[in-house]
Amino acid sequence: MATTSAARRRTPAARRNIVVNRSWLKSALGVAILSVLLFPLYWMVNASLLPSDELLRQPPVWFPINGTLAGYASAISTQGPHLVTSFIVSFGVVTVTLVLAAPAAYALAQLRVRGGIPLVLVLLVVQMLPGIVMANSLYGVFNQVGLVDNYIGLILADSTLAVPFAILLLRTFMHGVPRELSEAARVDGAGYWRTFWSVIVPVSRNGLITAGLFAFLLSWADFLFAVTLTTGRSFEPITVGIYRFVGNQTTNWNGLMATAVLASIPAAILLILAQRYVAAGVTGGAVKQ
Amino acid sequence: MTSTQALPAPPTQSRRGGRPRPPRRSRTGLGRPWVALGFLLPTILYVVAFFGYPIYYNLSMSLRDFTVRSFYTGEAPFVGLDNYTAVISDPVFGQTVLNTVLFTVGSLFFQFVIGLALAVFFRHNFPLSGLLRSLLLLPWLLPLVVSGALWKWILAQDYGVLNQTLEGLALVSSPVPWLTSTEWALISVTLVNVWIGIPFNMVILYGGLQAIPESLYEAAFLDGAGPWQAFRNVTLPLLRPVIAVVLMLGLVYTIKVFDVIMVLTGGGPAQASETLTTWSYALSFDEFAFGQGAAVGNLLIVVALVFALIYLRSVRRSMKEEQ
Repeated sequence: MATTSAARRRTPAARRNIVVNRSWLKSALGVAILSVLLFPLYWMVNASLLPSDELLRQPPVWFPINGTLAGYASAISTQGPHLVTSFIVSFGVVTVTLVLAAPAAYALAQLRVRGGIPLVLVLLVVQMLPGIVMANSLYGVFNQVGLVDNYIGLILADSTLAVPFAILLLRTFMHGVPRELSEAARVDGAGYWRTFWSVIVPVSRNGLITAGLFAFLLSWADFLFAVTLTTGRSFEPITVGIYRFVGNQTTNWNGLMATAVLASIPAAILLILAQRYVAAGVTGGAVKQ
Repeated sequence: MTSTQALPAPPTQSRRGGRPRPPRRSRTGLGRPWVALGFLLPTILYVVAFFGYPIYYNLSMSLRDFTVRSFYTGEAPFVGLDNYTAVISDPVFGQTVLNTVLFTVGSLFFQFVIGLALAVFFRHNFPLSGLLRSLLLLPWLLPLVVSGALWKWILAQDYGVLNQTLEGLALVSSPVPWLTSTEWALISVTLVNVWIGIPFNMVILYGGLQAIPESLYEAAFLDGAGPWQAFRNVTLPLLRPVIAVVLMLGLVYTIKVFDVIMVLTGGGPAQASETLTTWSYALSFDEFAFGQGAAVGNLLIVVALVFALIYLRSVRRSMKEEQ
């Protein structure tokens, strides 16, 4: 009884204090959970900075106090060309994806086209195709037309990861553009193409950036097409570089982890730039959200 | 169906969803469909060339004796279902199917439970909650090969931090061969895949939770429900459609996991962590039995398709409402 009356005597300000305190407690707990879940990432960064004699020490060296950039130097000298390759391929994929997806999304979102829904369903289904099936058959097809070990071949293959996703994402985005806007342009005498280019594209800039960033990231991270459609004779993307690096018996762990950190940078940038849309992107723009 | 409507609204979505629009006649009469087709045509051709044809090609490959030579000579004799019988009667097949099921069920279960717990934890905003939530997405955004490589370092038998910690705490007497023993390999790759999949589950479930009206919880608490009862009787039933979406998408994505297993174990040792996906790869690109690789791939398609269709049914309803 004493406690309840004490509670009743608390002023509203005191009660607010309790709520505030409790929410800071939640923040502390949240930070604790996060540090457990993200510990592997810290461990990657830590290893990338440790000098090689401290890497295999027991007990482990928890902080890179004697940090060195030697790992990064070896990463750039051995994996640098692979990073460049991945950049070229990813930019190609972004271009192909946006050129195909933006007009298609415009038609699906704004021009109420017959057959639009079936096409959206097809795009949803093809996203679910197991990658290994695509790799298996694209290898067969590309072999016949000389696109194995070829930048264009890899760009086209990687674009299959991004195009359906980008169309669905942009379609959701362009649904949000008031139809009055494009109708007004039409009344002013603009053609459909002009309306698309001068009204829809500028208004959808954020959506296009998000779709482009995801296209970049999807092809940057691609390993399956990279390992099946290149032989390493002429060029090799970074994911394959890391895979072969891991496979070496005498693994140079700080070089490998430095490479892994470098290969993670696009993901980190994406998270910073497109934070608001990443969550929407998780569902593949699949559903009406 | 309400399933997908319960998902979060992206920032651009206007509120026009529910309002029925009066049918509007295009000023150009029949012009519009053809114009729309012009915008869609490149994509339609692309889908046919890069999805339709490969699916057909894969099917055709699986019915032929397709070897490396076939690529150069163009000769690949038709053998009917021989590849399928060869694959199914292979002693590896049973093990691989079992591995795939264990890997998928184990991944889904733990991803989902942890993801749901985190979603509930983040349901109400608190200081830093937005920042923490977006940082949690990092494991999901990293290239899978990177995640595989860094876990290979953590799980390394002699100098990996996990074994060193376990030994330091005297929880194990000798280092656990996480990736190199047949007993542990599948468990280890599943563990890593759980870590990768938690953010995906959390984000979608978090969105679902946001759509549950706060008033329902207030009513439940007024009726004397505790937090657990509120969770069981308010959260779970209302979240069910979203849960279904998460699990179906999760399943479709998990059976095709390739990168993580390839980097961590390559499907070994002795096929202890081989799934249908990695086996299909091994058949085609290690043994050059492309017909058999394609056959395994087609079995995977069938599984994915069944669940994809269930998923599509719910999406289609919500799209009809939207139009």
